[in-house]
Amino acid sequence: MKFDTPATTNPIDQMKVVGKATTRIEGPLKTTGLAPYAYEHHTVVPNQAYGVVVGSAIAKGRIASMDLELAQSAPGVIAIVTAANAGKLGKGKYNTATLLGGPDIEHYHQAVALVVAETFEQARAAAELVNVSYVSAEGAFDLASSRGSGVEAKDQMADTVHGDFAGAFAAAPVQLDATYTTPDQAHVMMEPFASMASWQGDQLTLWTSNQMIDWSVTDLATTLGMPKQKVRLISPYIGGGFGGKLFIRSDAVLAALGARLAGRPVKVALARPLMINNSTHRPATIQRIRIGASSDGKITAMAHEGWSGDLPGGKVERAAQPSKLLYAGENRLVTMRLTTLDLPEGNAMRAPGETPGMMALEIAMDEMAEKLKIDPVEFRILNDTQVDPTNPKRPFSKRQLIECLRTGAERFGWNERHAQPGTQRDGRWLIGMGVAVAFRNNNLVTSGARVRLNDQGMVTVETDMTDIGTGSYTIIGQTAAEMMGVSLDKVVVRLGDSSFPVSAGSGGQFGANCSTAGVYAACVKLREAVAQRLGVNADDAVFADGEVRSAGKSIPLRNAAQAGEIVAEDSIEFAELSKQFQQSTFGAHFVEVAVDSATGETRVRRMLAVCAAGRILNPTSARSQVIGAMTMGVGAALMEELAVDKRRGFFVNHDLAGYEVPVHADIPHQEVIFLDETDAVSSPMKAKGVGELGLCGVSAAIANAVYNATGIRVRDYPITLDKMLDKLPEMI
Amino acid sequence: MDDCDLMSISRRKFLIVGAVTAATVALPPFISARASAANAARPIKAKVAFQVNGQPRALDLDTRTTLLDALRENLQLTGTKKGCDHGQCGACTVIVDGRRLNACLTLAVMHEGSTVTTIEGLGTPDKLHPMQAAFIKHDGYQCGYCTPGQICSAVAVLGEIRDGIPSHASPSLTDQPQLITSEIQERMSGNLCRCGAYSNIIEAITEVAEANV
Amino acid sequence: MRPFTYLRAKSPAEAAALAAQVDGSRFIAGGTNLLDLMKLDIETPTHLIDVNGLALDRIEATPEGGVRIGALVRNTDLAADARIRKDYGLLSRALLAGASGQLRNRATTAGNLLQRTRCPYFYDTNQPCNKRQPGSGCAAIDGFSRSLGIIGVSEACIATHPSDMAVAMRALDAQVETVRPDGTTRRIPLAELHRLPGNTPNIETTLAAHELITAVTLPAPLGGVHIYQKVRDRASYAFALISVGAAIQKDGSGHIALGGVAHKPWRVEAAEAVMAQGAKAVSEQLLAGATPTGQNAFKLTLVERTLASVMAQARALA
Repeated sequence: MKFDTPATTNPIDQMKVVGKATTRIEGPLKTTGLAPYAYEHHTVVPNQAYGVVVGSAIAKGRIASMDLELAQSAPGVIAIVTAANAGKLGKGKYNTATLLGGPDIEHYHQAVALVVAETFEQARAAAELVNVSYVSAEGAFDLASSRGSGVEAKDQMADTVHGDFAGAFAAAPVQLDATYTTPDQAHVMMEPFASMASWQGDQLTLWTSNQMIDWSVTDLATTLGMPKQKVRLISPYIGGGFGGKLFIRSDAVLAALGARLAGRPVKVALARPLMINNSTHRPATIQRIRIGASSDGKITAMAHEGWSGDLPGGKVERAAQPSKLLYAGENRLVTMRLTTLDLPEGNAMRAPGETPGMMALEIAMDEMAEKLKIDPVEFRILNDTQVDPTNPKRPFSKRQLIECLRTGAERFGWNERHAQPGTQRDGRWLIGMGVAVAFRNNNLVTSGARVRLNDQGMVTVETDMTDIGTGSYTIIGQTAAEMMGVSLDKVVVRLGDSSFPVSAGSGGQFGANCSTAGVYAACVKLREAVAQRLGVNADDAVFADGEVRSAGKSIPLRNAAQAGEIVAEDSIEFAELSKQFQQSTFGAHFVEVAVDSATGETRVRRMLAVCAAGRILNPTSARSQVIGAMTMGVGAALMEELAVDKRRGFFVNHDLAGYEVPVHADIPHQEVIFLDETDAVSSPMKAKGVGELGLCGVSAAIANAVYNATGIRVRDYPITLDKMLDKLPEMI
Repeated sequence: MDDCDLMSISRRKFLIVGAVTAATVALPPFISARASAANAARPIKAKVAFQVNGQPRALDLDTRTTLLDALRENLQLTGTKKGCDHGQCGACTVIVDGRRLNACLTLAVMHEGSTVTTIEGLGTPDKLHPMQAAFIKHDGYQCGYCTPGQICSAVAVLGEIRDGIPSHASPSLTDQPQLITSEIQERMSGNLCRCGAYSNIIEAITEVAEANV
Repeated sequence: MRPFTYLRAKSPAEAAALAAQVDGSRFIAGGTNLLDLMKLDIETPTHLIDVNGLALDRIEATPEGGVRIGALVRNTDLAADARIRKDYGLLSRALLAGASGQLRNRATTAGNLLQRTRCPYFYDTNQPCNKRQPGSGCAAIDGFSRSLGIIGVSEACIATHPSDMAVAMRALDAQVETVRPDGTTRRIPLAELHRLPGNTPNIETTLAAHELITAVTLPAPLGGVHIYQKVRDRASYAFALISVGAAIQKDGSGHIALGGVAHKPWRVEAAEAVMAQGAKAVSEQLLAGATPTGQNAFKLTLVERTLASVMAQARALA
């Protein structure tokens, strides 16, 4: 199904199932421990062996020699995979560093060997006996000192130069010129990277934990130098991804190689202390933001220039991107520069670009509002734009940013905020409120599904779409139920298997809208097939309550499958609408913090997000996506930072004790409001995404609240107490 | 130890054997060349018997097997999750002899005669434990990986409050701790959830707690 | 993790004697730190002596009016003990500020004292660390040192002792009781149990080989206001940046110990003599001669401010 004109009324608009707050259909499995994750498929193939990955001890250089003798002779060892015996390996399109290092080493903890043994204990012990001699080479590990060599990555994010920024900024009566930094951050999803590989002849089956099944089938086949058709990926449950599992990682490749060498199934999970340097992370950024405004608060000039680093051939973190579209203003300069760093691979993490970008931009807006002596909510409203500021003929399809801000301000009690920083106390705590805008574009990706109807009236959906905690199982079930006029318990949803039609996958907050639109398309075909079997007119047939109604007749839906199961397959393909309309999602974050006046410890007391993101398919799971993102934003604001050892070139705090993420005690009750919205330009579902929107801006709202509480402006994330101690009130 | 031994690096330590560039980082050759005699030996096994979810289980295990791996790999009870294997995440929380613990940081052989309750022992899809039902109702999870640990922990936390065990969040050390949000949040803080379902999890636990009062 | 033989000991003296008989022996109680380190090949025992069956899990009154805490009393049970809560609130508070509920249920009194540093370089066997691999160097001093020691450090090591409990026990004048392989017993003031790193940071305590801690004793209650303030980036389940343990009397005198600053719980009796002069004076005495790194110099200010906060809280509660 081509989607090339805005959606009109369709069966989804009935909202009998879609749009209703619905508990997860896989909930009983997850809460009883019966949902199988990648390392847990004990019964699918016999004789499973265990693989343990050995990571490089240096950041850059090469392996001089490897002595495997001790390891090989250790009890239970079956095989050891290294680059020397792995055969020629390709590299996947989505990987920057190779997944099995040697002889060249590209980053710390890059995999250099897999030890396969009869038991996990034996494999782990033998992995310690792998002797590697390295020759270390000098690398670049410091973004700040390398930024001068940054280049424009035109294919990833070309410069935006609109109007005359320099002139307008110079002429602006009120100016801000400030530099912000965001650190390297880790996904640290709760389920480690894990895969189990099994070969049947030249056919590979990989049970894994992966967000993008089709990308990863392709990349695994490329890496192993085999036809894509010979690779099957199965990933029904994914214990979190956040972008870290968009791609195949070393566990997948090494499980496949290990299983081939061992001649039996091999399962591999990355040890937690290896994960952070072995896999990808969100790259650190430096961002300089200049804003010029008239004295009545209209932005006239906006420059957002950023720097990030990655391995050679890697990706720029497009942090400056939101400044292209978020606020009005005639004159604009938006650039990113990419420099080479020899740290582990930088890559996508939840709302890549926008997350660090909004962390900086939304502090800058707060600073500018203060300079202008305008309330920060009003300042943002004043500079709203309903069109692409660099192409005014291109409107936003829907943009309810002002409504988000107004609704949030009212619900949060924004009028109780003290405009003068450092003037509100609760005992020894300094209290402050902050606001920031949430903004993330709506991406559209082709997505397919297959739908089956059997003679019991059961509808089965099959798509390689994944559920990484986002709620895909349920919204896909709701979509099929709505389309086929059945209750949700009459729908079976099967996901995460490359033998199913290719979907959008889980990434870029496009999964919910696109994958359900794909199911919509398949269901349209199924409805046609049903109508044909039942001899009714598909165009006027009503599918409701398990029946098909047409021309005064009501026929049980299951009757259509009496002569055999009906199968329909289709995909949604998005055409030119995104050129005519800018599609984005919007929100506003409100936060209240308390800062210990003695120690500078910051604790979040209240949080509210108001989101406008098209039709909300399942308010229950959508809300969870947003509160989860808000939680991640608390981490980014207050604690998360991969500490770079700039001499040795690695992230030092590479476990869950060293890399702190929020715990229960850090997170207050969280409120989320979804504005009523449908966006007919987006898809037949009229939905957009919220999973990344919820993260964009949260951290800045916290930073702004800390400023409001203390009068201390921290421009370098995370906002830890050591950055405030000297400026806190004198102790009596 | 002769020169030859110095060059044969034990484990995955490294030695600078040459220089790629003049600026090669000079890392010290801190080598322990004792090629582990122990590691060359056969694995050492020991017998252990305990109750898991009401069933007696007898195992003959490599002594190195943690309770977590015994549950997941030997007994194939994979509801108990391995998130970090180092006591830093709480995904492996189970209840042993009435107390919650991290199954990753205890050896199976240390639990002779113990009574172990895992998520599978709390309830099943057809017969959910009230805490499991509350997590579903309040959407106290997303990816589901930390969930069994959260639920086992939550069940134990209510017991700890009932038993009068204080917490960091207790205003008074000598009064009976209260079933209030701050108490539950503090006590649940050993269970990380990267999806960030905390707010919902607290709602779920509170509902169960209030129903039990 | 290397293979090891495993044995359950029946008495403390037997455990110590057995340990002396087998090379590579270690005692295991809660195991929460030992197994963590064994998985990383940092601790490499070849024989584990399980001491959990020893009857060392009681808290009892001493004739001197204090308490004797068995080495195997779990952190949860110690924190929840009615007498500890009433008379040694500082100890309860310190225990409850540490780790998580799950870990406290397993971790024992002796094991808590003997836990090893959380320095990230100690934890990464690819990195030099004089504590883990004597003579290999210290990667932390010029590396990521934000959480590490500022006083009593050496050119060989700037690791900190991570325990909260030990800070409280130090302020409360605890003593450690032990038994040695030959069956003899002794008492060691907690102040003398942990060593400063010097040139041998791998030697962390003054215990002899295979000496087993059997109990910790506390003298009669000090009275006063007990406060344990732990400062950290996240609100729970994190090691301290710094911590202040204090038992402060109505007249403003008291005992003060610090965590997160040194290779041992840090207490300077001379500092307690100047408490009347306020937190700045106390802090100067406590941290005289401190040699922080650029990354952790903030701890000097943090100690002083936290101390001021603790003293103010004590005044308000007195």
